[in-house]
Amino acid sequence: MSSGAPNLSRRPDGAALVIAVILAGIAAIIIWQTSQMRLPPIQARVGPTVFPYAIAGGMLLLSVGTAVSAMRGGFPARDNDNYVPIAWIIGGLVAQILLLSTAGFSIATGILFAFTAKAFGRGPLWQTIPIGVVFAFIVWFAFAKGLQLSLPAGFLERLIP
Amino acid sequence: MDTFGLLAQGMVAALQWQNLIYALIGVTLGTAVGVLPGIGPALTVALLLPVTYRLDAAGSLIMFAGIYYGGMYGGSTTSILLNTPGESASIVTALEGNKMARKGRGGPALATAAIGSFVAGLIATLALAFVAPWVVKFALAFGPAEYFALMVLAFITVSAAFGDSAVRGLTALFIGLGLGIIGIDQQTGQSRLAFGVLDLLDGIEVTTLAVALFAIGETLKIAADRNQVKEEVMAVKGSVWMTKEDWKRSWIPWLRGTAIGFPIGAMPAGGADVSSFLSYSAEKSFAKHPEEFGHGAIEGVAGPEAANNASAAGTLVPLLTLGLPTTATAAIMLAGFQQFGLQPGPLLFANNANLVWALIASLLVANFMLIVLNLPLIGLWVKLLTIPKPWLYGGILVFATLGTLGANGAMSGHIGPISFSFELVLLLAFGVLGYLLRRFGYPIAPVVVGLILGPMAEQQLRRALAISQGDVTILFHSPIAITLYVVTAIAVLLPLFMRLRGKGQVLGQLASDED
Repeated sequence: MSSGAPNLSRRPDGAALVIAVILAGIAAIIIWQTSQMRLPPIQARVGPTVFPYAIAGGMLLLSVGTAVSAMRGGFPARDNDNYVPIAWIIGGLVAQILLLSTAGFSIATGILFAFTAKAFGRGPLWQTIPIGVVFAFIVWFAFAKGLQLSLPAGFLERLIP
Repeated sequence: MDTFGLLAQGMVAALQWQNLIYALIGVTLGTAVGVLPGIGPALTVALLLPVTYRLDAAGSLIMFAGIYYGGMYGGSTTSILLNTPGESASIVTALEGNKMARKGRGGPALATAAIGSFVAGLIATLALAFVAPWVVKFALAFGPAEYFALMVLAFITVSAAFGDSAVRGLTALFIGLGLGIIGIDQQTGQSRLAFGVLDLLDGIEVTTLAVALFAIGETLKIAADRNQVKEEVMAVKGSVWMTKEDWKRSWIPWLRGTAIGFPIGAMPAGGADVSSFLSYSAEKSFAKHPEEFGHGAIEGVAGPEAANNASAAGTLVPLLTLGLPTTATAAIMLAGFQQFGLQPGPLLFANNANLVWALIASLLVANFMLIVLNLPLIGLWVKLLTIPKPWLYGGILVFATLGTLGANGAMSGHIGPISFSFELVLLLAFGVLGYLLRRFGYPIAPVVVGLILGPMAEQQLRRALAISQGDVTILFHSPIAITLYVVTAIAVLLPLFMRLRGKGQVLGQLASDED
């Protein structure tokens, strides 16, 4: 089915096979969860289970299709990605999630900003974090005060009445 | 009332001073964000949705119209002045526009893009105004079975018809459909696939998914790229104005681009990329000097840019009249409507006629504002392009999380004493999904369209089957539905045939990823 810029190696694509397995796994979870639903008899015929089963069925077929495509090297060639920057960005997002409720929007988001800049090679953090906090504070001020968006406030934000 | 009367009435509403200000803010923000490299129209609209939260429905939609047109426009500036590697296959404007900029003709390239966008926007928005009531009349005859068939057609054209692999396109679609099941079933109140998580009962927000896939997924992909190319921003040298010769060579491509773009946008047949690609090939074959193509032919900017904008207006035909989003951008706009409890479709024209016509009129207003604003402000947009990557992507993530928090910032999750926002956790998870989809060559748009259109398709399917008391043949009962299924079958089989004949590359270039 698939063409495009094919992989030069004809060996089975291991990562793509994993995708096929994950798709089948998701389909299995949907089927399992849907079968657990207790339906009153009146809903049994064209009820809320029809669509989930249909989607799970489609996913199973696509899982087979993905496996076939993986065996024939139908996936486009992949770059050799560098995972260090990815770890910085995900780390920044996790730090923001954990800090928001205690440290407030500006500090948490400033750290996300600095970590993202770090992922693109801009440091050091002791310089970029203050820059990020100031930037996030300005953004907070514009959106929380100007547009009345409800954004979590910490001690920095409470300095402004 | 006839279309002229309705449009005039809408114009009166759109020209009220506060609505003019909303439109002005919309086009300015839309252009500014759309200009930023790596931010396409879909992400522009998704990122700026929170700005409109506090306005009333009319003001919000008017600002939205400005953002939409501004975002489309801003993208073309980026591709002319910055030859973003990897994106150039889908952004046809970059092919000739960047070559022109390299030759020091960046000014005329931007001018023909701006004026072409204006001409196309004007004609296509008027066409929208005249076609829409006609489609509405037709759509009122649609029953659930016909709607379901229409949605199946949209599913297929969005996912399988274009792009280089039908399996990957359909997989992306089914991921979106699967996410669409999560939450409380609208008709029976049963909870599905929520795994006991309260935050999942309301379902997955389209904006959260779109922002995550486009903003965070894209940021991760670019950060992970080992060959960080230093992109060169072309300075705009010399006159911005077009010469007489430029005008002579541009006006027919503008009109031809409009004629190609509007119908393609209006049919559920893929987005702006398809039409700009087709316009480019058309200009190439009609050109008096085909040898100039690839070396900065102005026709190759004028045509695709016009087609691009005309198709943006065309996309609004199915969106407004049928409630059918055919691109990721349209899916996010539909979510924008839904936040006000408005469901686009034929009934919207009947019940909220004032609102719809004010929206269409504001598209015309936004179009005028863009041409007035953009040529003088070009220096400012060029400055935006030179923002260094670390700050640019840092800023993108700040605004991505800001929008998500603004829409749903409840700190509902808990780990020990720390409470956190569940919506941000979803944003992170979908961001990683977006990265993986990009890495393995899956298209993004079908996921977003699947999420919003899936529940709508399910509702129509169940309505149809409830009417027929479970008899499946009702789905194939009417000539309209059968026609739609035949078109769907063609949309599946034709690309399959083309791929077998080794023409898959062409389809790959038509893949619409960004909008």
